[in-house]
Amino acid sequence: MHEYALADAVIAAVRKTAADERLARVLRVEVRVGALQSIDEHTFARALDTVRPPDDARFAAVEFALSLVPVRCRCRPCGAEYGPEVGAEADAHGAEAIHFVPELAHSYLRCPRCQSPDFDILEGRGVTIGRIEGERDE
Amino acid sequence: MIDPRLAVIDTRLAGVRRIVAVTGGKGGIGKSTIACLLALAAADRGLRTGLFDLDLTSPTDHVILGAPTGFPDEEFGIDPAMHAGVGLMSLALFAGSTPAPLRGDALTNAVLELLAITRWGELDLLVLDMPPGLGDTALDAMRFVPRCEYLVVTTPSTVVRETVRRTLRLLKERGAPVLGLLENMQVGESGTAALAAEFGATVLGSVPRDDALEAATGDPDALRKTAAAAALRAIAPL
Repeated sequence: MHEYALADAVIAAVRKTAADERLARVLRVEVRVGALQSIDEHTFARALDTVRPPDDARFAAVEFALSLVPVRCRCRPCGAEYGPEVGAEADAHGAEAIHFVPELAHSYLRCPRCQSPDFDILEGRGVTIGRIEGERDE
Repeated sequence: MIDPRLAVIDTRLAGVRRIVAVTGGKGGIGKSTIACLLALAAADRGLRTGLFDLDLTSPTDHVILGAPTGFPDEEFGIDPAMHAGVGLMSLALFAGSTPAPLRGDALTNAVLELLAITRWGELDLLVLDMPPGLGDTALDAMRFVPRCEYLVVTTPSTVVRETVRRTLRLLKERGAPVLGLLENMQVGESGTAALAAEFGATVLGSVPRDDALEAATGDPDALRKTAAAAALRAIAPL
């Protein structure tokens, strides 16, 4: 599953931040999962746990707090703001394509008002890190 | 907000010895054909070769190579589709012939996503087939893949040469390594040598106009037998 590649990216970003900020322990990482990508939260949580570096003491007590971010789009031609439901609006192939590369929403989803594929994804695109909490040694 | 994909690109490309972007200033000058022939030539020399079609809105490498579309294998990431000895990554694997009307941030996000999830593994050469011009994806390649070397495709056309001049000027300004100019669709004397001299660049050589390419499209074995492929093999900077 390619969720593991995304989880791996989250861990790499946290490790970089921990190094930059000289954190001795990473305690909590807020991970925002955009609904557009249709990533199963449980699968992603398991992936994070799997790719977490077992030999890095900074991660020994880390908690990954996942939250699902609803999709919000704005159509460029007509200005409509809407929240597409990928599962209901794209066929199975399209939904799977968007799962891999969320920008393929422009291939398989349309503005509900004017049917344009020219829209901005304002929120809920993919995986981002909202916040990293940790401690430094005194 | 942190975009985690940025932190993993170097790791994904860590096993790739060399990255060559096939670029040029304009559409229709044969960048994709040259990129595909270069990838085939490299694979034929026994190099472990990948090909990344970065012309996201108009991908054609799969058509040139005759590679079937369809979701790539996935396990801890996605694997390039192996075809004719070349590992191919392209948006067309996911979307087939469905249009992908992308702009601005959407282009950048698609590039980032594919860079973050594609497992290239150990490669001797990764060829990037660049879209025309100096738009989003060209800038993204410079930003996200700074160790990329550039093979600049031009043609005998004065119009093309002017666009290539702009490309060379930007690459020079950014300190990007230019492997050299390759004159495609060569039909006689041209201003390519003079253009290369302007920028202190090398002319790698010429690939002749080859009407057999059209009939060979989609058939890697037939492509390998074309005069264009033979000419490229002789000058490819591998």
